[in-house]
Amino acid sequence: MEQLKSLGRELAMGSQGGSSKEFLDLVKSIGEARSKSEEDRIILRELETLRRRLSDPDIPRRKMKEYLLRLAYAEMLGHDASFGYIHAVKMAHDDNIMLKRTGYLTVALFLDDGHDLIILIVNTIQKDLRSDNYLVVCAALVAVCKLINEETIPAVLPQVVELLNHPKEAVRKKAVMALHRFHQKSPSSVSHLVSNFRKRLCDNDPGVMGATLCPLFDLISDDASSYKDLVVSLVSILKQVAEKRLPTAYDYHHMPAPFIQIKLLKILALLGSGDKQASNHMYAVLTEIFRKCESSSNIGNAILYECVCCVSSIYPNPKVLDAAIEATSKFLKSESHNLKYMGIDALGRLIRINPDIAEEHQLAVIDCLEDPDDTLKRKTFELLYKMTKSTNVEVIVDRMIDYMINITDNHYKTEIASRCVELAEQFAPSNQWFIQIMNKVFEHAGDLVNPRVAHNLMRLIAEGFGEDDEGADTQLRSSAVASYLRILGEPKLPSLFLQVICWVLGEYGTADGRHSASYIVGKLCDVAEAHSSDDTVKAYAVSAIMKIFAFELAAGRKVEMLPECQTLIDEVLASHSTDLQQRAYEFQALLALSPQAIENVMPPDASCEDIEIETSLPFLSNYINQAIENGARPYISESERLGTVNTITPASASHYQQDPAHSLRFEAYELPKPRAPPPSIQPSSTSSLPTISSDLVPVSEATYTTREEQHNPKVQTLADQISAEIGVRLKLEGVQKKWGQQTYSSPSAPSTSSSSTQKATNGMVTSDTIRQSSLDSRKQQIPEVSAEKQRLAASLFGKKAAERKTQGSTRRPAKESQHAVATSAPEPPEEKVVVPAVPPPDLLDLNEPSETATPTIDPFKQLEGLLGPAAGSDVASAPSPSVGAVKTPDLMSMFTDTPSIVDSKSSDKGVVSSTIAKKGPNVKEALQKDATARQVGVTPSGNNPNLFKDLLG
Amino acid sequence: MIHFVILINRQGKVRLTKWYSTYSQKERSKVLKELSGMVLSRGPKLCNFIDWKGYKIVYRRYASLYFCMCIDKEDNELEVLEIIHHFVEILDRYFGSVCELDLIFNFHKAYYILDEVLIAGELQEPSKKTIARLIAAQDSLVETAKEQAGSISNIISQATK
Repeated sequence: MEQLKSLGRELAMGSQGGSSKEFLDLVKSIGEARSKSEEDRIILRELETLRRRLSDPDIPRRKMKEYLLRLAYAEMLGHDASFGYIHAVKMAHDDNIMLKRTGYLTVALFLDDGHDLIILIVNTIQKDLRSDNYLVVCAALVAVCKLINEETIPAVLPQVVELLNHPKEAVRKKAVMALHRFHQKSPSSVSHLVSNFRKRLCDNDPGVMGATLCPLFDLISDDASSYKDLVVSLVSILKQVAEKRLPTAYDYHHMPAPFIQIKLLKILALLGSGDKQASNHMYAVLTEIFRKCESSSNIGNAILYECVCCVSSIYPNPKVLDAAIEATSKFLKSESHNLKYMGIDALGRLIRINPDIAEEHQLAVIDCLEDPDDTLKRKTFELLYKMTKSTNVEVIVDRMIDYMINITDNHYKTEIASRCVELAEQFAPSNQWFIQIMNKVFEHAGDLVNPRVAHNLMRLIAEGFGEDDEGADTQLRSSAVASYLRILGEPKLPSLFLQVICWVLGEYGTADGRHSASYIVGKLCDVAEAHSSDDTVKAYAVSAIMKIFAFELAAGRKVEMLPECQTLIDEVLASHSTDLQQRAYEFQALLALSPQAIENVMPPDASCEDIEIETSLPFLSNYINQAIENGARPYISESERLGTVNTITPASASHYQQDPAHSLRFEAYELPKPRAPPPSIQPSSTSSLPTISSDLVPVSEATYTTREEQHNPKVQTLADQISAEIGVRLKLEGVQKKWGQQTYSSPSAPSTSSSSTQKATNGMVTSDTIRQSSLDSRKQQIPEVSAEKQRLAASLFGKKAAERKTQGSTRRPAKESQHAVATSAPEPPEEKVVVPAVPPPDLLDLNEPSETATPTIDPFKQLEGLLGPAAGSDVASAPSPSVGAVKTPDLMSMFTDTPSIVDSKSSDKGVVSSTIAKKGPNVKEALQKDATARQVGVTPSGNNPNLFKDLLG
Repeated sequence: MIHFVILINRQGKVRLTKWYSTYSQKERSKVLKELSGMVLSRGPKLCNFIDWKGYKIVYRRYASLYFCMCIDKEDNELEVLEIIHHFVEILDRYFGSVCELDLIFNFHKAYYILDEVLIAGELQEPSKKTIARLIAAQDSLVETAKEQAGSISNIISQATK
């Protein structure tokens, strides 16, 4: 009987794509796992089982199919199933379509286009692209999109191009999309196929035509000028689509083929950009769409938004622009956050054409800025960033910084910090303000700021603003020093900021005579002490101390050495960092010099002056001559020396030659291998050469100099001996270098750049008490909306707006009350159609359920008899398991986010049943769910009895 | 372009993932973790978009299940929101009042359907009818293939083995 049952289940699973009890149990146990670690344990055990089973040489193919699905499941949950990849590749090669599809599915889920196994699947794909069965071709094309990489494109390209003329539209469509993918991976591979795309644009099937827009969009965004002739035909396509000429199957929520319309609008935006003639063709159709599009549905708004984007991109036309402005203001006035977001974005595009447009919506913008929704807030900051002028820069940057302080998302923090810096650099009203802003940015996002910004700041303080007014510069510097001395009291400061502070204090700390040298030195010592693990900050601090001492001594004043300073120097003298050590020794040496010499070494405020370098070092010639007379060997220039080096360590020598070209190399050196000279040299070379070279080959670069000295005489003579052969040798060098260069040069460029990009280390949020208090006061002010907002509006949108505001202040309350009416009344007024965030459920075809809910022939009806009535009723009435989630009545009917959605733990019978009651009992549906529950084949665990019972009614 | 599609439920359990851009297994786990944290913690009235590392996440909740898609900065968010809905409608049509359970136990079928809706990170077919027809064709093909491969005697021999 037991066996019969499992047989029955097996049969039932037939319609489930062959999943077995084991698989269902796996899914079920994962669903019931209480924690991530429990889930991980289950999956790891499962993977162990699968690994064991897969090692069996003859697995029935049906079993294999299921194993692969189980692997895919494990992989989906984030575990490594790479041991099974090869089986997926093999299965894709199977002749049975069912297995082949599973093979392709799992291969596409497992592998990326860079995987080693791709090369094995190419052959299968080639074969399947030629198949007579169009479904096989489709499966292969889906795999092509995911798996074919730049190297393997040529292997399938001719076949894919051929498929563009396939009789089945599904195949043509996928072939077009495959070519689109190829263009993304290697643009040159499809550039010659433009004529094919143009032909497909006139395809009979709208789906194919729609798909063709994807590669066309790519090509046109690369180079719009050579596709201008398409404008007329694209406009006419758009017109026809908007006039509902396409089959109704392409309608979506009563809009004619909206996805195609959006794609077309995107392309037209590219083609009409800055082109008056092309834009002329578009105005009519754009006006038409603006007129026809209903803004009551989400998709209608999507089209309207795309129209606005298009209008803002093409050559402006007042009539269309007005329509776009109107659409935008509808977005902004909407209650839905989504639409507000789109409205802010659209506004950001439109103000590029006419900055005054923003004025009308200032209150909406400020509302969005103060909205608790982070996404909306960020979008608004983007808008503010676009509309920054020298008149409103202070307000905007202040706002941005306030926001920046309170976020933890490093990626966005970096972005907003760099925007603040950019705006401040561009529009700064005064130097003091600029330095203040920079201080705040560094203080709160220091580690995320590009180091370049720090250098700019230092240079600005050193150079002043380029004006000749020395007094202003001095004032700027002393205000900078004063602010830095204050900031140093903060507990945690980012490294980059400390470097700036140290540098400025060192250069200008004592310049205005307000602070004593020992005070500044003491502060610098504190910095070094507090950041003893940060060598860079320490180095800056030591150098700054050195400068202070130098300036004081040069001015003839006596400086007493503070005890903490002495400890610092002593500690640094013994530091492991040679850089730090050197600075400390230099400092010591400097102290011993005469004031005259010190002034020459460290002239005050000379950071901007160029240092002239005497490259030939003439003052050393006496010393050299003396040494040569005493028997030292003359200096051998680098190129000559390389000749001798070559005989010792060929590998390192070749790097030497490359080094000037590529300053830094990040790759490991190739393994030194004993170099066998080519046979052509062997007979002619002296017998000692090969032995010596093979002897010394493994010498590493660091030790080679000393070795060279030891072996020098020998090598020298050797070099002389074989100078004739060096020609041959050098040629060989060249060959090796060529290989070396090819492998090293290309990757070295990106790696240098990546090393210079700033690290996104954890930004630290410092609690600034002053700031906090000002924030608090702002928060308190928020409730009394109008005054605060008005002020903000005035400062953001300029004087003109402020005047308008004062005039229209009587108008505003009226508007607000209207607002209030709109919110209080459940029925939105006709002229102001409020679009809900999610469309109401009736957007779904209402007659649909009756079609789909009719169960097809249910295999379980027959089975019930087989299993016995007891078993059948057991399944039907028994409490059902929680499979990790509530089996909520119906996804589609629930997407309005009613609060009645409960998670499985807290689900309560009353709530669930109430939702069902609302929905109304549906016998057919209930029956079908019953069937599903049984199909699933999971034995009810009694864990969560309410859920299924309710559903089954 | 859509970079990935992720389905997670309210408890943060992953129901479906499909990656159209290259992500290593490690990156994938990281993305999933970050994403579920962000999406599940958002309130009901906020907008359905999230800024995320230079990309945008568009998500939509259906009963207990969140459908999330990651798109480029310049893409149209509302359109993607409707692409999600389009996908859900197709699932609904195929499964008949789709629920989370359907996706759990038929995740491979959900993948096949997704492959017909999206390809290479773009919407492939805007017509629900066409997709339904294609899926039905595939199913019937599989059905015939199965009849050939797995006659009842075959199954019995396997079951008793």
